[in-house]
Amino acid sequence: MSSQAWMVLPDNFAVSFLVLAVVAMAFLYAARAPMHALIRALGQALVGPLRIGARWLSAAANEIHVRNKAVLLAHGKQEIGQRIEREFERLGALVTRELQGYPAMQRKLLDEITRIEEDYKKCGEVPPTPPDWADAVAAVAKVKSAGNEVVLRVLEEINRSVNSIHDKAIAEYRKAYESRHKILEGFMPFWRSVDKNLSQVEKNVADLKSSVKGVDAHMAKYEQINAGTDKAQHALTVSAGTQFAISVLVMLVAAGGAFINFKLIALPMSEMVGAGDYITSTLRTSEVAALVIIFVEASMGLFLLEAMRITHLFPRIANLNDRTRRRMMWISLSLLVTLAGVEAALALMRDLLIADKQALLQSLATVQANAATDGWVGRIPTAGQMLLGFILPFALAFIAIPLESLIHSARTVGGVALMALVRVLAFGLRLAGNVARQLSRVLIRVYDVAIVVPLLVERLVKASPARRGARMGRIDDIERTHA
Amino acid sequence: MNKRQFLGTFPALLLAGAGCGSGNHAHAVYMLVDTSGTYAQEAGKALLIVNYLLGTLESGDSLAVARVKSRSFSEKDILAKATFDTRPSQANAQKRAFREKVDASFRQVPGSAHTDITGGLLQGAEWLNETGAGTRTIIVFSDMQEELDKVTQRSFPISLKNIRVVAVNVVKLGTDNVDPRRYLGRLEAWEKRVVKAGASEWRVINDLQRLDRILARS
Repeated sequence: MSSQAWMVLPDNFAVSFLVLAVVAMAFLYAARAPMHALIRALGQALVGPLRIGARWLSAAANEIHVRNKAVLLAHGKQEIGQRIEREFERLGALVTRELQGYPAMQRKLLDEITRIEEDYKKCGEVPPTPPDWADAVAAVAKVKSAGNEVVLRVLEEINRSVNSIHDKAIAEYRKAYESRHKILEGFMPFWRSVDKNLSQVEKNVADLKSSVKGVDAHMAKYEQINAGTDKAQHALTVSAGTQFAISVLVMLVAAGGAFINFKLIALPMSEMVGAGDYITSTLRTSEVAALVIIFVEASMGLFLLEAMRITHLFPRIANLNDRTRRRMMWISLSLLVTLAGVEAALALMRDLLIADKQALLQSLATVQANAATDGWVGRIPTAGQMLLGFILPFALAFIAIPLESLIHSARTVGGVALMALVRVLAFGLRLAGNVARQLSRVLIRVYDVAIVVPLLVERLVKASPARRGARMGRIDDIERTHA
Repeated sequence: MNKRQFLGTFPALLLAGAGCGSGNHAHAVYMLVDTSGTYAQEAGKALLIVNYLLGTLESGDSLAVARVKSRSFSEKDILAKATFDTRPSQANAQKRAFREKVDASFRQVPGSAHTDITGGLLQGAEWLNETGAGTRTIIVFSDMQEELDKVTQRSFPISLKNIRVVAVNVVKLGTDNVDPRRYLGRLEAWEKRVVKAGASEWRVINDLQRLDRILARS
């Protein structure tokens, strides 16, 4: 077909284009109302489902939020409840340990105080006063001798008697004070004992007080969770996020440990199950066997920690009676120790196999390499490998703790992520709906722009000066309605 | 196994559990050593290759060393053969014994008047098929100049299906130096014949420093 086939007047592009434009404009003007309706219908056809989708997703997000909140609060409630329970247990133990001897201590304190009181009373006893005849002697002493020899002798005798009595009384006083001082001196150990006991009581009460404060804090959290406040939810979500990040980090470290462990036992396992069998194109049976051993070790660790009630992944184990649980704990521990021993032996075998292979390669080589160090230095790697082989299973056993944390926090983190994803999708659908609606409006405007000439003619023909304003208003109304 | 493979093991285990097994991963190598004429002097280099193979092949793999003489289609021409134990320690012991046996055999091998490479290939293919290994390789340590007596018949199609054929140390003859086209033509003719026989690969390795290419699949 020629490129000029559309031209009404061949070789006259401008006229042909103009004619075609006029014809097209006439057709478009004639089809204006149905075309507007079509564009609006198309817009509605797009906007409707998008809005419904957005609404549904928003509702789903809300539902997820409610569920997440319920799960989070229930989990938080359980956790805080357990913590409070443990605090009470600790408190109980503290009270039992420290305050069970309190009555005895109180008795002791009372006894000591009574004794101190008695001693104090003893200290208060004054020595007997001088006898009453001292006054009589004083009166006689005032008698005037007037040079009478008999009187003088009597007075001297009296003076001598009084002096001896005075000396005796002084000695008795001194003796009495000395005994009181001794009593007071005997107070000291009792005072010290009382002081020590009171300090102990004070410390115990302070410990009790701080523990009670901890319980109070937990109780406040528990009340918040119970009330289902947003603050509690936020705190729990943040806590779960942190737990998740830490657990992932620890699990990565554990995976590194498992990899080292795998490296240690994969080669010697080929000595047991053969090196020529493959499960997939790159995976040997011996490697799978090594992995299975590592998984079994991790499982034994898991059961051990479950039986010790450190983790709570299996309610069935937690609900076992104490005897069975203890038996299970010992069985898990025994298997773990056995596997650790096996790993240590495998690590030794690995070293021997590598040394054998090395010796073979050296014997095959044209140039003989120097012999390896045979001294104690050469045995360090072997000992290190054996030690690692023995220790790593126990280290792996502890992954049960971060695993439990990961599983619990993953529910919260996953729920929050899912909710965010659904909300983003809802927002995307709402945005797409709005864009579609605006696009339909723009298309209607563009359509009208394309037929602007017939529209102007129509306006000029139909509009009378008196009714122009009213009609213009009506056109605006119509356009607004279309939009 | 690196860390990625270690982590990839979990889905692999699931696949394995679902019954998606794998084929035979064992490698069987049949090495033909030309002992005819002047090429018998190259026996030391052949020992080097045997040593390389012993160091490279793993537990469960098979190795046979045979000589090429006037008529080579015979089990008697196999100097040493072994399928290495799946236990690495036993495999190492087998390799030591194998090396000693080959070493002793090479000292006693008499030179032959003719060179029956085709017979050796047929014998090798037969042995390799019997091993049932997943990867089968015939190494021809020869100048690839076949010289048959008048009685021996080898001009018929042979089958080397799924077998790699690697010609090693294909030295140039005196006549090749006069006209290199003879050497190139000889190699081309062997390639055509081997490929026509259904071999999975044909390779020529003259640089003995690149022995790793013997077992590397293209």
